[in-house]
Amino acid sequence: MTIRGQIYKFGDDVNTDDIIPARFLNTSDPEELAGHCMEGIDPAFTKRAKAGGIIVAGKNFGCGSSREHAPLSIKTFGISAVVATSFARIFYRNSLNIGLPIIECPDIAAKISERDEMEIDFEKGIIKDLTTDKTYPAKPWPEFMQRLIEVGGLMNYVRGKL
Amino acid sequence: MGKTITEKILGAHVGREVSPGELIECPVDIALGNDITAPLAIAEFERVGAKRVFDPERVILVPDHFVPNKDIKSAGQCKILREFAKEQNLKYYFEVGRMGIEHALLPEQGLVLPGDVIIGADSHTCTYGALGAFATGAGSTDLAAAMATGQIWFKVPESIRFVYHGQPGKWVGGKDLILYTIGQIGVDGALYQAMEFTGEAISNLSMAGRLTMSNMAIEAGGKAGIIEPDETTLNYIRDRAKRKWKIYHRDPDAVYSKVYEFNAAAIEPQVAFPHLPSNTKPISEVGHIEIDQAVIGSCTNGRIEDLREAAQIFKGHKAHPEVRLIIIPATQHIYQQAMKEGLIDIFLSAEAAVSTPTCGPCLGGYMGVLAEGERAIATTNRNFAGRMGHPRSEIYLANPAVTAASAILGRIAGPEEIADCGMRNE
Repeated sequence: MTIRGQIYKFGDDVNTDDIIPARFLNTSDPEELAGHCMEGIDPAFTKRAKAGGIIVAGKNFGCGSSREHAPLSIKTFGISAVVATSFARIFYRNSLNIGLPIIECPDIAAKISERDEMEIDFEKGIIKDLTTDKTYPAKPWPEFMQRLIEVGGLMNYVRGKL
Repeated sequence: MGKTITEKILGAHVGREVSPGELIECPVDIALGNDITAPLAIAEFERVGAKRVFDPERVILVPDHFVPNKDIKSAGQCKILREFAKEQNLKYYFEVGRMGIEHALLPEQGLVLPGDVIIGADSHTCTYGALGAFATGAGSTDLAAAMATGQIWFKVPESIRFVYHGQPGKWVGGKDLILYTIGQIGVDGALYQAMEFTGEAISNLSMAGRLTMSNMAIEAGGKAGIIEPDETTLNYIRDRAKRKWKIYHRDPDAVYSKVYEFNAAAIEPQVAFPHLPSNTKPISEVGHIEIDQAVIGSCTNGRIEDLREAAQIFKGHKAHPEVRLIIIPATQHIYQQAMKEGLIDIFLSAEAAVSTPTCGPCLGGYMGVLAEGERAIATTNRNFAGRMGHPRSEIYLANPAVTAASAILGRIAGPEEIADCGMRNE
C-alpha cells in the first residue's frame, strides 16, 4: 500500500487530549469528532489542513488516554496516515484496529518540512520526501498488522471468527 | 530460560510458553468499558453482527466519566450502556448510586484477581497489575472484539524491573514512588513494556499504594504495571474475590530488558509540574506556586487510605479562602466508610465540596473545570495542557497529603508545613 500527501508537522509526546480534548467525548459520532481533530494542540488545524494530508510527529505520539476517538477523529477528518518516531501503544493498536495507517520512522519530524509532499510505502517501509527527493527507512508492518489493515480493521478480521 | 510474571500469565492463558515479541491471540478473564469508550465498542459489536457477549459475568460496564449525566449527550452515551447491559444480561453493570470509578471499584468488589488477563477500554486498566494480574488498557474496537470472542491480540511485552530499596518517609506513598519513577525514565520510558515493581518498599506498601503505582504505569508508556502477589495481596482479596484466582511468581532467572534500582528512603514527596507527569520535582524544590483549586480523588488516589491521609492534614484547618477544594471518594463504599470514620465531616469543615464518585474533573469533563490561567494541584494522574479545562490552565500532580497541605496554604506545600504552622487557620 502506498499513500501520498502533504505533511503537517507536530512535536514529541502529542497526547490524546491534544488530539481530541475530553470535553468533546460525550459523543461517538465520527463526523463530530473529526470537527475537533487536533484542536487541543492546534485549534486552527481543521481549517488549515486538507483531507489527504499526512501527520508527521516526534516520539510517543498519542500518549495518554485509550480513547479511540483520537485516531477516529484523525481518520474521519481525512488524514491519510500518521508517521512518527514512535507511538504510544494504545494509540498504535487503536489506529490499526480501525484501519488508520500509521508507521514508525526515527527522527522523521526533524528531517522533513511542513507542507512537503510525502510518499509512504508501507510494505517495504520506505518514506520519500517528494519535495526534497530524499528517502528514509521506516519500520515495515509485521504480517499480522498488514492483514488487519488489508481486511479493513480488527472487526472485519473478527467477523470471520464469529 | 526463566519467565517474568507477565510471560507466565500470558503463557498460561494461551496454553504454551510465550516469549517477548510474539504476537498472541489471548483469552481474557475480564473485558471492561466505560461511558466514553463502550458506546463505540457496542456500535462495532453490533455492526459486525455479534449477538451475545462471550460471557455475561466477564464483560463489565461502569459509567463513571460523565455521570451523574453532565449533559444531554452524555446521558445518551450512558443510555447505550444501560440498554446493552440489560439486553446482554450483564451481571456487573454499575448504575449511578451503586457505582464507583472503575479502577477503584473492580478491585474493591473482588472482580479482578491475581493471575487474570484483563483488558479495559480505559488506559488506567493497568491498575489491576497491583494484584498480580496482567491488565492493560485497550481501545473500543479491542473491547468490541473481546466482548464478541473473549480474546484479544497482544504482543508479549518485555519487562522492566524496578527495585525500590529501603523504607520511604512518612509522607511518601505509592504516588511519590511512581511519580519519581516516571520522572527518572520519562513518559515513554517503558513504552510497549511491562513494568514490574519490586523491593522492600513495595513489600511494605499497602494495597492502596500499590494500586496507585500500577495505575500510573501508563504514564510511563507501560503496557502493564505488575506486582508479585504476597500476604498483603491475599489479605486484600480473600474476603472479596468473586472467583478463584491463581498466583504467579517470577522465576529467579527471569529475563528483564532493564533493571532500575532506587533508594526509596531518599525519595521526597514528589510534584509533577505542567504539562507532563515526568516533569517532577521533590517538594523541597517546588518554590512559591499559588493555586486556585485542589482536587483529591480519581482512580489514582480516591481510596479510603487516601482520604484518611488527607483528613489527617485537614483536621482543624480550612482550605485557603482563595482555593476551591474538591474531594471525591472513588466509590460508594469508600464514601460511606469515610462518613463512618468522620472524614467527610472533617472535609466539610475544611470547606470542601464533596462529591459522589465520578472521574469528572480529572479529564476536564465537569465538577471542577479550570478557567484560562488557573492553576490546580490534584491527586489525579495526568497534567497535560488543557486536561482539566482551558488549554492555558495548569495542573500539578501530587499525593493526597501534599494536595491537602497546599489547599490549606493556598500554595504548593508539603504536609510538614501544616504541622509546623499549627492551628494557623483556626
